[in-house]
Amino acid sequence: MIEVDNIHKSFGDAHILKGISSVFEKGKTNLIIGQSGSGKTVFLKCLLGLFTPDEGTISYDGKIYAKLSPSEQRNLRQEMGMVFQGSALFDSMTVEGNVMFPLGMFTKQSKSEMQDRVDFVLKRVNLVDAHHKFPSEISGGMQKRVAIARAIVMNPKYLFCDEPNSGLDPKTAILIDNLIHEITQEYDITTVINTHDMNSVMEIGEKIIFLKNGLKEWEGSNKEIFKTENEAVTDFVYSSELFKKVRQMYIEERN
Amino acid sequence: MNYLASIGSYFIMIIEVFKKPTKWSVMRTLILKEIDELVYGSMGIIIFISFFIGGVVAIQTALNITNPLIPRNLIGFATRQSVILEFAPTFTSIIMAGKVGSYITSSIGTMRVTEQIDALEIMGVNSLNYLVFPKIIAMLFYPFVIAIAMYVGIFGGWTAGVFGGFSSSADFVEGLQLDFIPFHVTYSFVKSIVFALLIATIPSFHGYYMKGGALEVGKASTTSFVWTSVVIIIVNYILTQLLLG
Repeated sequence: MIEVDNIHKSFGDAHILKGISSVFEKGKTNLIIGQSGSGKTVFLKCLLGLFTPDEGTISYDGKIYAKLSPSEQRNLRQEMGMVFQGSALFDSMTVEGNVMFPLGMFTKQSKSEMQDRVDFVLKRVNLVDAHHKFPSEISGGMQKRVAIARAIVMNPKYLFCDEPNSGLDPKTAILIDNLIHEITQEYDITTVINTHDMNSVMEIGEKIIFLKNGLKEWEGSNKEIFKTENEAVTDFVYSSELFKKVRQMYIEERN
Repeated sequence: MNYLASIGSYFIMIIEVFKKPTKWSVMRTLILKEIDELVYGSMGIIIFISFFIGGVVAIQTALNITNPLIPRNLIGFATRQSVILEFAPTFTSIIMAGKVGSYITSSIGTMRVTEQIDALEIMGVNSLNYLVFPKIIAMLFYPFVIAIAMYVGIFGGWTAGVFGGFSSSADFVEGLQLDFIPFHVTYSFVKSIVFALLIATIPSFHGYYMKGGALEVGKASTTSFVWTSVVIIIVNYILTQLLLG
């Protein structure tokens, strides 16, 4: 579980995060949504420890990050998995090399043990024939799967994803969303996803927080987002005619 | 003020490079890869340039000896002095700042742009140690490159001098041995070690701290070449004053 308490972050005169508090529960897919410039990425980078909040605290299963020693912070980071928007795979390594990288760096496993673990996670993300290919030789969807495999290979407690399905076709995007959701439940991970994909919101948003101008404007689940009367949320989520109709139908059905 | 901040950041980076070392089994592979890439991969261009520079020095010296009282062994003497003191260590380092420096900046810069460095940091890896330390160690082999550049440069001078009809082989070799001061070779190797550290670290700094996209990677490569060259020239002056002055 990750608890965020009243965090603020500024860059020069720009006050990006203005006191955000929330709790991200274990085994749940938590989504951060909001328009570009709302502070989503800065918030995620604070959660990852890449940015230090100016005020407020972030705690991981009760451990306040800012109070940990540098070595404890590094150890905590090894319990985090991250899927970047552009996958961030190492160009010079094969798919297998990318997934094996954290094992080689931080464990004392033998080559065969590492190979078994890599085979297992690549199979889990439905990638069985790409072991020896380089990132440049595989599709965007496959790169995302490799990134997910690399993120979960160390059995992380926390999984962070920055727009995991951006740039993917709708079918692949749903596959990636479902894969993250399944893995979250299967391994009981605290997952936080930064997205502005409304399909993800509707499909896997067990908890959603909506940011606007650095403030938490709304918090709820994908079921509650249908019913919310918060104008900022409805303007953002139901900006397309299709979603407006879907929402209308949902409300009529419920009534 | 910006320059001062950059110089400060550069030295902070150097300190960070030596903190939290990467596992030795991983680092060993990285060092060998960098030796292959940075040192062995540069041998071809260094040999090519050194041979012709040595040749040109010999020809120009020969063409400037118009007084019949000046002995012909001066061609070998001038070639040796020019190649050992300046052309091998300094000129070669400027070439390496372009070849190796651009490669280092663009490879690290691309990793920055594509968030690969963030990925390393989030995994708990000291990315500066992982990326820059192997390059520093690999570049410690740079004096071997300089030694080869010296031999090839002098051989180029001998080839141009003898086969161009400017000097006999005996005169050239006599000139090579004339008033030889072994400390000049030491001075040259001391310079090359310092230049090696500059070639490994200044381009790394420009790549690691760059911001932006693909265009900025190109700009960072150019900037790193300019600054590495400028610093090499300044340090060359200082070391010459300290060691030979």
